[in-house]
Amino acid sequence: MINVFWSQLRSLWGVLKHTFTKPVTVRYPEEMPYYSPRYRGRIVLTRDPDGEERCVACNLCASVCPPDAISLEKEERDDGRWRARYFRINFSRCINCGMCEEACPTYAIQLSQDFEMGEYVRQDMVFEKEDLLIQGTGKYHDYNFYRVSGKAVEGKDKGQAQNEAEPINLTSLLP
Amino acid sequence: MPTIVIDGEPYDVDGDKNLLETCLQLDKDLPYFCWHPAMGSVGSCRQCAVTQYQDENDERGRMVMSCMTPITDGMIVSLKDEATQEFRDSCIETVMTNHPHDCPVCEEGGECHLQDMTNMSGHTQRVYQGPKRTHRNQDLGPFINHEMNRCIACYRCVRYYQDYVGDTDLQAQGSGAKVFFGRHKDGALESEFSGNLVEVCPTGVFTDKTFSKHFVRKWDLQSAPSVCMHCAIGCNTSPGERNGTLRRIVNRYNGDVNGYFLCDRGRFGYDFVNDQRRLAEPLVQQGDSLDSTDRDDALAQYANLSADCEVIGIGSPRASLEANFALQQLVGEDNFYSGLASSEQALHQTSLTVLESTSALIASLRQVEQADAVLVLGEDILNTAPRLALAVKQATKNLGLNMAADARIPSWQAAAVKNLAQNQRSPLFMLTPAATRMDSIAQSCHNDVPANLARLGMAIANAIDGGAPGVNDLDDQEKELVAVIAETLKGASKPLVISGSGCFDVAVVQAAANISRALAAENDKAAIHLVLPEVNSLGLAMLCSKKPEADLNAAMKRTVDQVNGQAAVVVLENDLYRRAGKGLVDDFFDAAQSVVVIDSFHNDTTARAQLALPAATFAESEGTMVSSEARAQRYFAVHNTEGYVASSWKWLAELNKSVSWTHLDQLTAACANSSPLLAGITLAAPDREFRLNDQKVARQSHRYSGRGSATAHISVNETRVAQDDESALAFSMEGRQSNLPPALQPGIWSPGWNSNEAINKFQDEIGGHLKGGDPGIRLLDKATAGTQSGWFDSIPQKSMPGSQGYRLVPLHHIFGSEEFSSGSNAIAQRSPKPYAALCAADASALEVDQQGWLKVELNSGQWTLSVAVDDSLPRGVLGLPSGLTGLGGLQGAAYGGSASISKTQSPVIASDQTSGGGE
Repeated sequence: MINVFWSQLRSLWGVLKHTFTKPVTVRYPEEMPYYSPRYRGRIVLTRDPDGEERCVACNLCASVCPPDAISLEKEERDDGRWRARYFRINFSRCINCGMCEEACPTYAIQLSQDFEMGEYVRQDMVFEKEDLLIQGTGKYHDYNFYRVSGKAVEGKDKGQAQNEAEPINLTSLLP
Repeated sequence: MPTIVIDGEPYDVDGDKNLLETCLQLDKDLPYFCWHPAMGSVGSCRQCAVTQYQDENDERGRMVMSCMTPITDGMIVSLKDEATQEFRDSCIETVMTNHPHDCPVCEEGGECHLQDMTNMSGHTQRVYQGPKRTHRNQDLGPFINHEMNRCIACYRCVRYYQDYVGDTDLQAQGSGAKVFFGRHKDGALESEFSGNLVEVCPTGVFTDKTFSKHFVRKWDLQSAPSVCMHCAIGCNTSPGERNGTLRRIVNRYNGDVNGYFLCDRGRFGYDFVNDQRRLAEPLVQQGDSLDSTDRDDALAQYANLSADCEVIGIGSPRASLEANFALQQLVGEDNFYSGLASSEQALHQTSLTVLESTSALIASLRQVEQADAVLVLGEDILNTAPRLALAVKQATKNLGLNMAADARIPSWQAAAVKNLAQNQRSPLFMLTPAATRMDSIAQSCHNDVPANLARLGMAIANAIDGGAPGVNDLDDQEKELVAVIAETLKGASKPLVISGSGCFDVAVVQAAANISRALAAENDKAAIHLVLPEVNSLGLAMLCSKKPEADLNAAMKRTVDQVNGQAAVVVLENDLYRRAGKGLVDDFFDAAQSVVVIDSFHNDTTARAQLALPAATFAESEGTMVSSEARAQRYFAVHNTEGYVASSWKWLAELNKSVSWTHLDQLTAACANSSPLLAGITLAAPDREFRLNDQKVARQSHRYSGRGSATAHISVNETRVAQDDESALAFSMEGRQSNLPPALQPGIWSPGWNSNEAINKFQDEIGGHLKGGDPGIRLLDKATAGTQSGWFDSIPQKSMPGSQGYRLVPLHHIFGSEEFSSGSNAIAQRSPKPYAALCAADASALEVDQQGWLKVELNSGQWTLSVAVDDSLPRGVLGLPSGLTGLGGLQGAAYGGSASISKTQSPVIASDQTSGGGE
């Protein structure tokens, strides 16, 4: 019997104590909560430090996407870079799992902290490349894929990438 | 049969194979680079190391390269031994030190043998941090992209290019860490088979340039089993499509036909499917123009146009058997004509007669490769049937292989066999109108006009078998040649005669038939292969065999003479202006009350149509084609048709009110029942009811991406996938992906083997036949041959060129002579400009040189052509390229005739003068 009373008193005390603690909820949308940089929200396409598109249209994000929400196709212009001719994410299918970001070999595709993606019309949830592409580098500031890769592009000839020797002179007789 | 122990398990194996082949055949995963099933072993990459033990008590073992290790009875090996596993890992690590960080921007990524092998050997982290060597790339022409940084120096490319194909302009340059694989300078690769480098190269040094222009990853392609449309050999292909665009063609192994390789026309000629000139809607003539309309109106229009008059059907050797048969049924057998000019029809029918009654084997490409003496009579096989030429090149290596066998060197010891043989080859005789690029490997070559080649052929048959009709007035040089060839073919254990319709001369085919008959009397392994010009030429010949006289000229004559103004003409997938002279065809169309054309493209014939119906190409339709070895093969739609485009047979079934064919299978069965020759075609592939575990076969890979977004910009609501009612294949990733019958195998993939090297998993033995049998069914064979026909005894008169004008001979081009592929951009870039070829003596007699121009006048028209001096042509002979779009109006019928030529000025200057005059 004593135990029953004690339990009730303890509960009452617990509830009363909360009257004086700081609330964990915030007055959204007037006030924005804190989101960790690792939060998996709306997907963006970023640019490299030189301001060029990072996405090389390798298709890995699309191939790992569990709900098949990503579709893109490669194009190659005179500068030798690969880019996405179109890049489409159907956010009405996206489950924000972040697998695309994990698969991306160029840090192009990143999940942002933005989660406010309500639309009245489902068709408006289909984002094209111009909707996805942002101006900055996102979470990874320094990486530039073409500085690492061996493919020559405009402004970076053979032998000018990181850790690359000068192109071999085939006419040289030296060993 | 030797027994070997691998990792403690005993296996009964084939003693002729090496250890690597044996392991792969036993479905074991063992990495390799330099070994290739078609090219044997050289043991240079050190990737396939395994541990071999002395006996049961040996616990340490020694490392051997499995590709260089012959099988011995009782041998004990281990693939799992830690030391060799580590060694394989370190080998990959060494190879990868210089490999660039390119995979995301490499066309090979996702179907890369290097990626697969790196994964397989467990090297997952790059340790090396030092500088990587780099190379400058070369421009290798419109087909192949070059990215030398990616090279791992396995030497497969030059072994393929130089040793297998026999071309020389791709070489290994430099040495050691500086080795470079390329040409001596930028420029298109000369070989007709350069496209195979894409599949031979284990990484992304050589990639498909045409594919790169509309690139998607292998797993994103929708594929179907298909047959190459660009010649009559019938190579099996696997075209890949995505989002309505045909992206590329890759090889689909068929142990009897194409094996591991395709020619460049077959690989890069596909782009015509995506061409702007495709007919997308039915067109109806309104006044002077053709206006688009819808399906129902088109059908109503046909009913109007064909009411109360005879309907004459013109078939086509580039349409499927089913489509031709549907047309034959629509118009009735009496009104069906083959769509070939009389001369070509005669060639086709003669070839069919020869194959029907042959006492020799009809050689498949595998049998061609096994021949030990080859005579090519009149046919420029490198340009009319390139894959056959590649097989003949392999046949010339049999002498070396026999020498190796005598010296007890196994055939897979590639370097040893090559060293032993040096330049000795099995005999190949090239008797052609002009020199070809095959001549360098021939024992002897002879160039003459087709009639004289036929005479030589007849004389050879006579020299082998005295019963054959003889030829009297040969000169001494010819007699000697005949004696040598006859002696060699007679002495060979597997002699082969190749001829075909490339000369447009029936006597040449008849001569080849006589030779094969003479050989077959003594040797039951004697074989013949007759090349036909188009993909379904033999099928059409079989369909027309009851009425061989019903050709295009007969149709024209009948329309113009008898039913003038009272006939509707239905033309099936046939540009008649490529078959007969412009005047003739114009008269034909003028005489017809109406012209209905079913075709995939706008061309001169559709321009004359009152009604043009848009037909699907091979990539969107299905049907059966009969190859020149009489193999009936089914091809399937790679993707569904869009809009009003439909398969020709579907249009014809719609137009025909008296039958109710709703599915291709019904049509195929009806076609098979129509003639005993065609009885086998239903067996070419499983029918539409075929299911594996109640499932259809998936055309898409298990990791086909973007289903939820590829069409989301049109509507976010996903539509049902297209349904395929015509075959056991589905336009979906859902369905069976493995253990498929070979005729329904859309592409090649196996877990851990993403490149086409996965084919090892699908063969009954390495380099053998596919598990479940090679696709296709032979309609004719020695065994089914009917009564032996007599000798062909009409020997042509000796032709003395120069006596009555210049004698015309056809010169074929792998790029440009064929109708479909010349509509593809990459092929068009490699096509020659129209020219007139003649020997240096004739050129100087006409006072022209290589920069000069000639006016060529024929019965069918006249052209101003630039001069090409070709000294292999006899005097008095004019070589004109066959089938070039720039030479419209020059048809096969013209060859064999004569032309008058005269020197003229460059047409550019001439037009300048005209415009100058106008001012």
